Amino acid sequence: MSGAKGIRPYGDKKGDGAVQLSFTLPLPKSAVATEAAKRYVAKMGIREPYVTLAEAIAPDFTYFVVYGRATHDIDPSGITAEEAPAAALGREEIDGEIARRFGRRIVVLGCALESDAHTVGIDAIFNMKGFAGDYGLERFHSLDARNLGAQVPVTEVVRQVRETKADAVLVSATVTQNEIHIRHLTDLVDMLEAERLRDRLILIAGGARVDHALAKELGYDAGFGPGTTASRVAAFLLDELTRRQGAAGGRP
Amino acid sequence: MPAKLGLSAEQIERCRSLARHVADGVRRETEQYTTVATERTVLRLLGVDGVDADDVPIPNRVVATLQAAGRVSRGAAVWMGSALAQGARDAGEAAAMLSDRERAAALPEHPRWREAVAPLVERTLARIGDNRAERERRMGAHPPEELPLLYAIVATGNIHEDVVQADAAARAGAQCIAVIRSTAQSLLDHVPFGATTAGFGGTFATQENFRLMRAALDAIEPEIGRYVRLVNYCSGLCMPEIAAMGALERLDMMLNDALYGIIFRDINPLRTLIDQNFSRRINAAAGVVINTGEDNYLTTADAVEQAPAVLASQFINERLAREAGLEDWQIGLGHAFEIDPELEDGLLYEIAQAEAAREIFPDAPLKYMPPTKHMTGNVFRGYQQNALFVLTSVATGQSIHLLGMLTEALHTPFLHDRWLAIEQAKTIRRNARHLGEEMTFRPDGRIVRRARAVLAGAEEILGRVAEHGLFAALSDGVFADTRRRIDGGRGYDGVVRRDPAYANPFLEAWSQAPAGVGA
Repeated sequence: MSGAKGIRPYGDKKGDGAVQLSFTLPLPKSAVATEAAKRYVAKMGIREPYVTLAEAIAPDFTYFVVYGRATHDIDPSGITAEEAPAAALGREEIDGEIARRFGRRIVVLGCALESDAHTVGIDAIFNMKGFAGDYGLERFHSLDARNLGAQVPVTEVVRQVRETKADAVLVSATVTQNEIHIRHLTDLVDMLEAERLRDRLILIAGGARVDHALAKELGYDAGFGPGTTASRVAAFLLDELTRRQGAAGGRP
Repeated sequence: MPAKLGLSAEQIERCRSLARHVADGVRRETEQYTTVATERTVLRLLGVDGVDADDVPIPNRVVATLQAAGRVSRGAAVWMGSALAQGARDAGEAAAMLSDRERAAALPEHPRWREAVAPLVERTLARIGDNRAERERRMGAHPPEELPLLYAIVATGNIHEDVVQADAAARAGAQCIAVIRSTAQSLLDHVPFGATTAGFGGTFATQENFRLMRAALDAIEPEIGRYVRLVNYCSGLCMPEIAAMGALERLDMMLNDALYGIIFRDINPLRTLIDQNFSRRINAAAGVVINTGEDNYLTTADAVEQAPAVLASQFINERLAREAGLEDWQIGLGHAFEIDPELEDGLLYEIAQAEAAREIFPDAPLKYMPPTKHMTGNVFRGYQQNALFVLTSVATGQSIHLLGMLTEALHTPFLHDRWLAIEQAKTIRRNARHLGEEMTFRPDGRIVRRARAVLAGAEEILGRVAEHGLFAALSDGVFADTRRRIDGGRGYDGVVRRDPAYANPFLEAWSQAPAGVGA
């Protein structure tokens, strides 16, 4: 181990570096293929690789499961990683706070963009019924939550922002072939900026492959990964709106 | 399999009768119209294909020109026949004539247009019949297949890469290969042309892509000793055109459900129900098994609550399919294993629903869809959910089993994701082969009570839909809490009221009645 504070993956004792990998090599199954898999894993910095499964899943492809011991270590004390900040408030508290602080309903739009046909993510956050026992945004009295559905063109989102005087837009990005979701997410920011709407909006991205850091990098105010509940998003909206109102010198 | 749930035969009959009432209403409304997609399909069936210098498909060009001239209402076949009777030597020349605004507008209707177009009609009917016979011949040459049929999806965006993935899946045991379409394709009002290598979330459905995949699956048939079914999607704005292309290239199964497009793609209800009827006529003639999309209701709303709506939709879909000439063995009604795995006794509810579908639709090749809504990225839990799904599928005698991927919601399936799914399904299918035969249910137990409650709920929904009609139900948001108006949504401008003398030789051949009179 290189540093005193470095840690490694844990299997059954501290510092053993136990990892499991699975992958396919474009080789017919053979002793050579298995040896190639081992050496490949060794090149990744893993000691004592042992192949527990080598399966011919197609004439020219072999699937491997390999266990081994990682030699790298990592010092977590030097790492900073942001999560979208949000207080742990329940639905009724959030409703109460929004009513008290703003005296009006907050307009929130939700969608999946362009070729993204998946509604699962945006529905989990918006639908009345919600997800994992947490009611969706449509259930919040303080929110005017409008789920625009999937495959919404960027231009349509911009039109809706203008028409509804939206306070916030939530974009769910599920499909991730050829990183297409990145392009759509970026296109929306670009167009909102071009239309001078960006600054008055809270812009949030979510999805299986989205996190706060990626969302910030793309020009969003927050990013939420899988398992996020509607109340967490609503709490973020409350905080962010309050912060902005304070910054603009408005009534608290 | 004998009935185990003790569902009331009278209640099931009442549901069928209500569904018939709903379907009658749909027919009365839709048979007054044709659509641009329906007429493009007629052109394709007459042999019009290809694209012009601007990449616009010729069938689109012709229909747009006819529409501008106000002539679509008679049916494209009338004008093709008239062009042929007045000197065009073949379908291509006739289409070229009809793509020209002035010539299309000036072309008089020829009294013998029917005779002129008849050889083209006959040629296509023969080709579709030959494809059907060839499928039957090929399937007949192999031992009967193990059920449920294992259905795998490929979705690389590149047809040549899809072939590699499909070949691997078929060798591993997949019996049906579905090439997922590029996600935006259902909203395109034209069908792309030629082999394609770039798509998003899937590969464009084109006739050439169909041909390439069909050839690849036929090529491995002798080696693996099975016929591999090819599946695509005739839904969206080009529903009947895709059906026609599939019939011409010997596809075996087609997703074919208007309600899906209406609710989830905001396609105009009238447009797509008209298109659905013609596409189902084509599929019926081609011996294609259709798959309906009830599973989708469950991905957006709660699976426990939506179960009666799924069953109600299955009754309606069955009736609409029968009216389009499909036989029961061709009606692959859809449903899904989508109950929250955190729910106590969720598996019992799944078994109740699957068994009920089996008993209510005994001759339908039920299409059973995997968990997607509650797949979290925890691939180990996902693999477990998929195992319960396969077990339910085998124990309740489902027919078409869409393999669930442990990486659902993460990425389009990797080669080994698909292999793991096939291995899992084969193992459980083998291990639990006769579980269904051994199983009975407590007459007053949870499963029986649940199945009865779902059937009662379906009857109640069907009653409401029958009272006001399907179009009113759609605008009231009865399905998946989504409201769709008869004059709203995409593609409404492509709906054209039929002239009293409207003609569609294919619809006539397949419904044994002049199209203008209604089937």
